[in-house]
Amino acid sequence: MATYSTNEFKSGLKILMDGDPCTIVENEFVKPGKGQAFSRVKIRNLKTGRVLDKTFKSGESVEAADVMDTEMQYLYNDGEFWHFMVPDNFEQYAAGETAVADAMKWLKEQDTCVVTLWNNSPLSVAPPNFVELTITQCDPGIRGDTATGGTKPATLETGAVVKVPLFVNEGDVIRVDTRSGEYVSRA
Amino acid sequence: MTWKPAAAFGRLRQRARLLADIRAFFAGRGVLEVETPYLSMAGATDPAIQSLSVPLGGGRRWLHSSPEFPMKRLLAAGSGDIYQIARVFRGEEAGRHHNPEFTLLEWYRVGFDHHALMAEVEALIRQVAGDRLAAGAQVLTYREAMLRHAGVDPFQASEMELSRRARSLGLDVQGSLDRDGWLDLLMSTVVCQAFQADSLTLIHDYPASQAALARVRPGEPPLAERFEVYWGAMELANGFHELGDAAEQRRRFEADQDRRARQGLSPMPLDERLLKALEAGLPGCAGVALGVDRLLMCLGGVDDIRDVLAFDWERA
Repeated sequence: MATYSTNEFKSGLKILMDGDPCTIVENEFVKPGKGQAFSRVKIRNLKTGRVLDKTFKSGESVEAADVMDTEMQYLYNDGEFWHFMVPDNFEQYAAGETAVADAMKWLKEQDTCVVTLWNNSPLSVAPPNFVELTITQCDPGIRGDTATGGTKPATLETGAVVKVPLFVNEGDVIRVDTRSGEYVSRA
Repeated sequence: MTWKPAAAFGRLRQRARLLADIRAFFAGRGVLEVETPYLSMAGATDPAIQSLSVPLGGGRRWLHSSPEFPMKRLLAAGSGDIYQIARVFRGEEAGRHHNPEFTLLEWYRVGFDHHALMAEVEALIRQVAGDRLAAGAQVLTYREAMLRHAGVDPFQASEMELSRRARSLGLDVQGSLDRDGWLDLLMSTVVCQAFQADSLTLIHDYPASQAALARVRPGEPPLAERFEVYWGAMELANGFHELGDAAEQRRRFEADQDRRARQGLSPMPLDERLLKALEAGLPGCAGVALGVDRLLMCLGGVDDIRDVLAFDWERA
């Protein structure tokens, strides 16, 4: 089984902590001039998203987590699973609700996502940073209000609700930043 | 990959000025600048220091982790007060406050004890820092610092109590530590963080188990005549009322070798020349090593050692 020693620690490294896959967010080397050295790390549990502080005695080793980020195309949702495909080899993966989590409201068929695999099964899904989605429902804008910067809620084809400027209408395709959930422009 | 320097030129000019200021300080006090070999036949036995070596035709030599041993040989030979500014090397030490190759200012004062030298370290830092440093330094014993800022008595608390205290302070430790390991952890994470910013804190009288190369003053408990100097939370210097007893020095070397063996580290070639020099007689003296790069960080108000190095480890 692969292990990492503390001197290989760096942000982004995937390790197993108490049986869960984690990623190192921050690593700080601490050592008194005379005495024991330590690595103080912030790690994010990739299953729960929780960030924890851990201190390792230098020279300790920790098991590597077999975690890989892979670009995949989103295919469809069968009501229980979200199905993805690796474009290069057509391998398909089914992700459950906990893995897809917040990404679900941005997933549009054919879009490319980053699926994080742990022991070859989907652990989490990151939608593209920007998606283009059709507005399926929103109230009509009021004429002349385009310059006031007012907003109104709009429901998108995926079910997500975002705030849009008043001049945007039902049926328009808009560009959304999925990291902030904010409207960017009309597509 | 970048070919460009890590530090801004302003900081490199500040480094040159600091080195000139240090030399002027010692010239004014009649302390002689010396240079000693970077590559030695003997290495540091301290298991917490990873010496780097250079393979040569007839074996290998060790890059010094501090110029301490040859400087003590100069003292034993009658050099009088000496200082050195040297690049030193410590493997695996890399981070925001560490670079495996760094600049150490080390000096020895004949007839000084650790208190006299603490005062001189403070004087030097004040001279180069000017008004960047608050007036008045905090001087605490190791025990006072631990009691005040970590809530433990380093001489009374059991290993179990230390580990519980560390946990309650938010230190979730993977792997097992010995007593000094817990104390090191508390000192370098919790205690030093409580020291006043932009102000010097001097800690002295360490547990005998952390004496390194300091004299141990008999008593209950026995105390190592060792000190450290902090600027805010940054450890800048470590000094000793120097151990001059050759037999005791050999015992400490051998105890280090035993600890190395227990930790699975290979033994280091002992510095027999140092032991011979101590047998011949080291004058009573105190010595200190001060991290020049870290002092520059404090002077410049930066928190990453790369900001004061022309080329850090990743650009070297």
